[in-house]
This record gives sequence, C-alpha cells and structure tokens, in this order.
Amino acid sequence: MTGAQHETDVVIIGAGPVGLFAVFELGLLGLKAHLIDILDRPGGQCAELYPEKPIYDIPAVPMCTGQELTDRLMEQIKAFEPTFHFQEMAERLEKLPDDRWKLTTDQGVAITARVVVIAAGGGSFVPKKPHLEGLEQFEAGSVFYAVRKIDAFRGKRIVIAGGGDSALDWALNLHPVAERITVVHHRDGFRAAPASVEAMRMLVDKGAMDFKIAQLDSLHGADGALSSVRVKSKTDGLIDIPADTLLPFFGLTMKLGPIADFGLNLHENLIPVDTEKFESSVSSIFAIGDINTYPGKLKLILSGFHEGALMAQAAFAYCRPGERLRFQYTTSSSDLQKKLGVR
Amino acid sequence: MKVIVTGIDGTVKEIEGKAGWTLMEIIRDAGMPIKAECGGACACATCHVYIDDEWLDATGARSEEEEDMIDLALEVEDNSRLACQIEMSESLDGIRVKLARDAVL
Repeated sequence: MTGAQHETDVVIIGAGPVGLFAVFELGLLGLKAHLIDILDRPGGQCAELYPEKPIYDIPAVPMCTGQELTDRLMEQIKAFEPTFHFQEMAERLEKLPDDRWKLTTDQGVAITARVVVIAAGGGSFVPKKPHLEGLEQFEAGSVFYAVRKIDAFRGKRIVIAGGGDSALDWALNLHPVAERITVVHHRDGFRAAPASVEAMRMLVDKGAMDFKIAQLDSLHGADGALSSVRVKSKTDGLIDIPADTLLPFFGLTMKLGPIADFGLNLHENLIPVDTEKFESSVSSIFAIGDINTYPGKLKLILSGFHEGALMAQAAFAYCRPGERLRFQYTTSSSDLQKKLGVR
Repeated sequence: MKVIVTGIDGTVKEIEGKAGWTLMEIIRDAGMPIKAECGGACACATCHVYIDDEWLDATGARSEEEEDMIDLALEVEDNSRLACQIEMSESLDGIRVKLARDAVL
C-alpha cells in the first residue's frame, strides 16, 4: 500500500490495548480511526512481551492473558471498523492549512486526520542491536536484523547470533542457500522450539553447519563489507569466523523513535499531558497510556482506558466543531447500541 | 538494607533496599536508569545485571524461565541475572551488582 492516502477523524499511533480501547470510545461518539503499529498484529506489549502471561487487574476480568485481552478488545471494537496499518512506523507529522494533520509512515502511507492520538506505550519495538564497535558502517550491506528475501543470502557465509526461534528458524531456512552458516550462542542450550534445536544439532553433527558457544566480540571488514566476525569463547578464546553477513537475533527493545521529532514537549521520553483531555503541548495531539506523564500517573492498562475515554470527548470537539455532544450510556442509549451493532 | 549498584559508566551508588521487593524494583525506585520493559514479568531481558562474585551463592541459580530469557540479553556472563527475578532479603543486605549495557541503552 505504499503511497496510499487515507482520510479519517483520528489517527492512533500504537495498536496496544490502550490504542484499541480508544477506538471504542471514539466510535461511540461516531468518530472513525486508523491505527498504525510497527508490529505485525494488534496488542502491543501484551502481544509481543507477555501473550501467555496472566493479567489480574482489568476491572471485572479476574484473569486473562495478554493475548486474551487483545482478542477481547478486538472483538469489542469490531463494529467500529478501524483500519490497521501494521508493520509501519509513524515517521512524519505535518499540519495542513485546514488544521488537519497529515501523518506519513515509513512505508509512505499518508493518513490525514483532524486529531492525532499517541498511544505508543514504551515506543516502537525495534531489534536489539549488539554493542559492537563500527556496527553502523556494516548495517547497510552486511548486518541485518530481519530476513526479507532468502535469495539475498545465496552463497553467503552467515553468522547468526542468538538462541531463540528467530535465530534457529533462520539458520535452518537459510541453510539451503547459504555457503556456510555459523550459529553463535552464549550457551549450549536454546530457548527456541526443541524441534528446531534438534534439526540444527543434526546439521552440526553432519558437519553441514557450525555452532560456536561464544559471544560476539567485534566485526572486521572494509567499506561496509564484512569479512569476518570475531567471537569470544570461554574455552577457546577469540575465534575469527570468515563471514559476509551477520544476523543478530536478540529480540526487540522499545525506542521512542520519530515521535521525538513531532515538536511535542517531552519529559524523559514521555509526553506530558493535562488530566482533563490528555492533550499534549500541541493542540489536537493527544497522548494516552504508558507514553504520557502527569502528576500521579500510574502505568496501568486501566489508566490508559480512562485516559482514552476523556481524550475522546475532547477529540469530538475538534472533529465535529459546533456539534453538541450528548452524554449517553451504552446500557440505555439506542443510538450507542446501533453504533455497536447490537440493535 | 543496602544495594550497591554500579552504573554502566562505572559510578557506584548505594541505594536503600527493601525486603520483598525485587532488585529491579529497588533500582528503578531509586531513579537509576533500568529499562525493565516488561515491568518484571521475566518477559524481556532489559533488567540485565551482573552479580558481584561474592554474592553469587546468596542469589542462587537462575530459573529455567530466566535462563531462556537471558538468551535475549547481550554480553552475557556467568554472573548475569535478570534483576526482576531476585527478591531482596536480609541475606542480600549489602549486595553489589553492576548494570549491563542492554539494561540501560
């Protein structure tokens, strides 16, 4: 969808639980929303960090997992038909002459909306980078944090660092095309699925793949082209592995990213907001959930839900200027029940 | 109850611990930089610390869950632990730990 243009009432950055529930509160007021998220699915931290872990402090839900919470929120907002833009990062924000915002993603998708809601939690999930000197110079052509096209690695000598599913899956999937694969991991044990570990060990036993119990030490090469990866082994000291490519798989970490350049006041990477509207220092840009800060702030999902409800009231005033907002309950309002698709 | 924390720049800070709190919570509460992205659920590895050698016995061994999660840490050493998995107690009074770079940067 590169280059696609969209228009909506509200664009929400972040499809975690708070961003999802904001769709509900906006929807009740008749406002449409688009959501942008760097992950490939909804749920944010709930989906990425603890899909299987229990959550006990959602009101009236004694226990649910991060994934269950996400699934239930998706069901709750279904009637409002939000549009999701997954695996995209909100990159640039411009104010248009008509006071609307134009948000452009790193994939070139542009969304025009009167209101921007930042529900980005701890920031964008981005690959964790090893602390290696000169890493940046190799990132253009030799060090990758994801595999997009297997064919790009044909005939390469590849070092894969890490012990999770990404590391092992790619070791196995790239094995048929690579000239040589060396898996580097700090221990002789893996958190990856046992079947993948077994398949890797069989290849290693056959001499078709290398496995070093070691840690990355340094990168060597010239002009951005890697020639070897030096690893440090407890038993064998420093070892140079001839390599064209390094694929480090150490999971994801959260970075604020381009939001830092949106022109908002920031306090220690958080967005200060008022507690009436949860609006940032820039009018019609709101911040809800873990990304915001105010006196007494608690980083709880339930706080983010409350913040979304109050934000929606203020967003309505921007999106429907001059219209009176009627306060209604879902229990009794036929208008709200129609919006929810239950009447 | 004291916890002595060395930052990634080498500065040493003595902070007040409390029994029953995790080491991660104590470090975070003291205002020291520690990402602890998952909030203490042993679901990331961004509260990675190194335990001073003489305190290794007192802190015990990593659980299997922690062992798996440490696979996502960088610059892992034998004394690497996730600070959210160590609960403060009298026997740890005075413990010395060093923040790992991936817990901060």
